[in-house]
Amino acid sequence: MTGPDPVWLYRTVRLIRRFEERAIELVDAGEIVGGIHPYLGQEGIAAGVCAALAADDLVTGTHRGHGHVLAKGADPARMLAELCGRVTGLNRGRGGSMHAADFGVGVLGANAIVGAAGAILTGAVWERRRRGADVVGATFFGDGAVNEGMLLEAFNLAALWQVPVLFVCENNGYATTMPVAGAVAGTVAGRAAAFGMPSTAVDGQDPERVREASAAAVARMRAGGGPELIEAHTYRFDAHHTFEHRVRLDYRPPEEVAEGRSRDPVDIQGARLDPAVRAEVDASVEAVLDAAVDFALAGPHPDPATALDHLYASGLTARTGGG
Amino acid sequence: MPRLSYRRALTRALADEMTRDESVVVLGEDIRVAAANVTTGLLKKFGPERVRDTPLSEQAFTSFATGAALAGARPVVEFQIPSLLFLVFEQIVNHAHKFPLMTGGQCAVPVTYLVPGSGSRTGWAGQHSDHPYALFAHVGVTTVVPATPADAYGLLVSAIRCDDPVVVFAPAGALDLREDVAEPAPVPLGRGVVRRSGDDVTVVAVGHLVHDALAVAEELSGQASVEVFDPRTLYPFDFDGLVDSVRRTGRLVVVDDGNRSCGIAGEIIATVVERVRLAAPPRRVTRPDGAVLPFAPALDRAVQPGRDQLTAAIQLTLKDG
Ligand SMILES: Cc1ncc(C[n+]2csc(CCOP(=O)(O)OP(=O)(O)O)c2C)c(N)n1
Ligand SMILES: [Mg+2]
Repeated sequence: MTGPDPVWLYRTVRLIRRFEERAIELVDAGEIVGGIHPYLGQEGIAAGVCAALAADDLVTGTHRGHGHVLAKGADPARMLAELCGRVTGLNRGRGGSMHAADFGVGVLGANAIVGAAGAILTGAVWERRRRGADVVGATFFGDGAVNEGMLLEAFNLAALWQVPVLFVCENNGYATTMPVAGAVAGTVAGRAAAFGMPSTAVDGQDPERVREASAAAVARMRAGGGPELIEAHTYRFDAHHTFEHRVRLDYRPPEEVAEGRSRDPVDIQGARLDPAVRAEVDASVEAVLDAAVDFALAGPHPDPATALDHLYASGLTARTGGG
Repeated sequence: MPRLSYRRALTRALADEMTRDESVVVLGEDIRVAAANVTTGLLKKFGPERVRDTPLSEQAFTSFATGAALAGARPVVEFQIPSLLFLVFEQIVNHAHKFPLMTGGQCAVPVTYLVPGSGSRTGWAGQHSDHPYALFAHVGVTTVVPATPADAYGLLVSAIRCDDPVVVFAPAGALDLREDVAEPAPVPLGRGVVRRSGDDVTVVAVGHLVHDALAVAEELSGQASVEVFDPRTLYPFDFDGLVDSVRRTGRLVVVDDGNRSCGIAGEIIATVVERVRLAAPPRRVTRPDGAVLPFAPALDRAVQPGRDQLTAAIQLTLKDG
């Protein structure tokens, strides 16, 4: 997806928003076990960044990863089937919410180890380019990840070897319950600067601003520039994880939540559309998700006898654990 | 017949595979000048793009290799110290190993982790002398410990060609070996070999300890006929090959340079006794529980499995049944 297309941006944030809301319903209904980390409120970042990427560019996501996977172009129906653990899912029911991947659209996976994916994406982009493909990559991570040594090592490696990776920090103010002020010495931008990496701060609630900043960075990278960092300031509208719907943790003052929720990326982008167009997009997103829910719930559950399938790509079979 | 040293066998395996397959790249610290005397000549032959000297960022370059593999490369990552594997256990286990299953078979991660100089290097003490192959067997990452130059060549070649991650431990105790090798050839992963045939007891020896086991077998040849089985690959283990041997001898001793608790020796014995009724209780000679190799040479040696211990274990097994 390239070019400033306000409708595409709106459709994408709306799709992610409603996908997450439908997914939460399925969590409540017991169809998605293990819960999810909702991306609600942060949709503008995935949409804005992916709007600046081409189809064969590469992406890695996070534990809060549904938005990244959808914005890069994965099929919402197969994504939802994955969350429901069905063989029709993106990962054949082997990955679930935190590991959804779609290599066909350049998503090398959501990754549930905070800070771990940056180095993986750097290596993947490097190898693709070594093979002559003009690709760049974007790796998403939260404010919590900027204190992980392995991510900072990845900053160094990407900058040193000039691998065009867009490091996208989704700064939603908290790592689970830990506020940024309690965890981050210095700044996110300062970490980029330390490695000679340009960085841009952007309003993550505005998909258009994220797209602009990403497109500018991607253009510099395609022109031969090295990695860059975008710090998107955002707010998580809902729980860290749906377990919080049952166990209320006291760490965000209600006024702060209300204030955070008042800047809604879906509304900000929606206001840029003709109301009739917006209504049309809403209806089509709803139709896509209705079909996605039907598809997901109709998918067969995996056969327990296949639990070790895909463990080894080489064809090695593992000994089973039984008697 | 040409003499092949263990180190040059590794060098040759790397060079042959890099020549055969453009997707093979090598990463590691100080590899451009071959500080570990393994990557010798590779930079000149293949250039800095494929022979990448890395900063001291083990976690990043290990996962960089994972990413490169996801995009089609077959990276070989050299580690200067066996204990560095503890730093990158996360990257290997949580990512490289888990990706194929977690993605439902969308990808392969054909990375080789090469540790030239695993185990004690005499005088390098606590943080340079580990032999953590059992950890990788435990998590199910293919793990090989070649004992000879021919196997060093053949197993490294097979590791690089394997579509899964493989850890190659080249024991410090074997690095200076040389042998006559007509034409080095790939050695299949997961296949052990009987190094010496015998009738009374099977000794399983891992890595450099194969040579100690052969020496002990020779010493005992007047008293007992000792079979020496070299598994070569610890995971997946050639249990069928070993069981064939133990069915003939009826006795089992394992000598393993890993720690005792949850070590590979324990797994070998457990699996064999599940399948074979032995004539005598099996025995193992290992490092102690929780081993930290002390510096002073006498202490360093005291913590590693030795020939005397192996001799005693074999004799006890013969006496017991
Ligand atoms: C390395 C690591 N440590 C801890 C966790 C547990 N955990 C999962 S998400 C999370 C918070 C991450 O915060 P942040 O990076 O800001 O992302 P956010 O959840 O805010 O999107 C933690 C601590 C983990 N998954 N990985
Ligand atoms: Mg956060």
